[in-house]
Amino acid sequence: MSTVKLTVNGKAVAVDVEDRTLLVHLLRDHLNLTGTHVGCDTSQCGACVVHMDGRAVKSCTMLAGQADGANVTTIEGIAKGDELHPMQAAFRDNHGLQCGYCTPGMIMSAIDIVHRHGGQLDEATVRHELEGNICRCTGYHNIVKAVLDAAGRMKVSQAAE
Amino acid sequence: MYQTTYHRASSVDEAASLFGKSSDAKFLAGGQTLLPVMKQRLASPSDVIDLGKIKELQGVELSGDTLTIKAATTYYDIMTNADVKKAIPAIAYLTSVLGDPAVRYRGTIGGSIANNDPAADFPAALLALGATVKTNKRSIAADDFFKGLFTTALEDGEIITAVSFPVPAKAGYEKMRHPASRFALTGVFVAQTKSGDVRVAATGASQSGVMRVPAIEAALKANWSPSAIDNVSISASGLLADIHGTAEYRANLVKVMAQRAVAAAG
Repeated sequence: MSTVKLTVNGKAVAVDVEDRTLLVHLLRDHLNLTGTHVGCDTSQCGACVVHMDGRAVKSCTMLAGQADGANVTTIEGIAKGDELHPMQAAFRDNHGLQCGYCTPGMIMSAIDIVHRHGGQLDEATVRHELEGNICRCTGYHNIVKAVLDAAGRMKVSQAAE
Repeated sequence: MYQTTYHRASSVDEAASLFGKSSDAKFLAGGQTLLPVMKQRLASPSDVIDLGKIKELQGVELSGDTLTIKAATTYYDIMTNADVKKAIPAIAYLTSVLGDPAVRYRGTIGGSIANNDPAADFPAALLALGATVKTNKRSIAADDFFKGLFTTALEDGEIITAVSFPVPAKAGYEKMRHPASRFALTGVFVAQTKSGDVRVAATGASQSGVMRVPAIEAALKANWSPSAIDNVSISASGLLADIHGTAEYRANLVKVMAQRAVAAAG
């Protein structure tokens, strides 16, 4: 057992876990942040994506200990109170989900894509960059639409801040 | 995953000493290979020694005609590095098509070559560019480093600290990607050194891991152009065959990917 200290969604936490614990299980089982999903468990599907120190990573492919001292943001940490994050709002408005299982990871990856590319996003880039996130329902079309829509909204909301 | 004990090393020396005190330890850098393998219970190290936060293993240096990438530098930091893009853009490109964005944020060059997966991308770059692998004990030429599937010249407890690449006159990389895993079904790295020599390496093709392709090297040395490879024939003997492609298919891929890589190199 080890104590892992990290910041999750702005709150400092210290959690006692077995050394073999994956970050996703620390989040889900110890902090009850069950919005981050385990999909494939083989590092391919991206349902478990969270932000660690500003980078979108697969939390099923990290030991909790590797996140010691890190700043982690999960899907629960991106809205401002009742106001959805622009990416969440765009997924809702564009019907970018059906069953919703992949959605938390999609949204966390998509925010990272927009941060990396800023205003330079086009459809081909979004499709290429979403390759680490698998959706079994939508056929991706509305997800791509949502990400492009959100890219515009995020620019506007950043400019307003 | 079986029980294990996690250690975070703050220096290469500390990592080596932790390894010496453990019964069956493994080094962990980005973890994009080791952790999936541990989750499948194909590996069950008693101890996992994390190299990911060691400062001396991070970063890129360009000095004269040598580009040095420290071992725990992530793919993302390699592909966005200005010196890499300037000195050997083919490496920046290779890194940009490796895995997916989340994997590129975590995976490292040291992990890629230490594991020597037969379908990994970086071994082809090292072999084609005639790179040198630096460890905490010695320097190893790429020609002597890769010893077959998942096998390298590394001794127990030896730690890769950096890879040094001679800056080539021209270089290019192309691969046929497996659509689900993003691993190279076959990938070819071509390089023309500043002295005019040509080296070509293929990954994902041979049953014994990354390999040089002498027939294509000879053709390109005579004439550096995609069409120079038109009449080269690659033997399917000793090549991988699986549900994704036959040995004959891979032999053809070696040729086609080499042509595309030369075209990309210009």
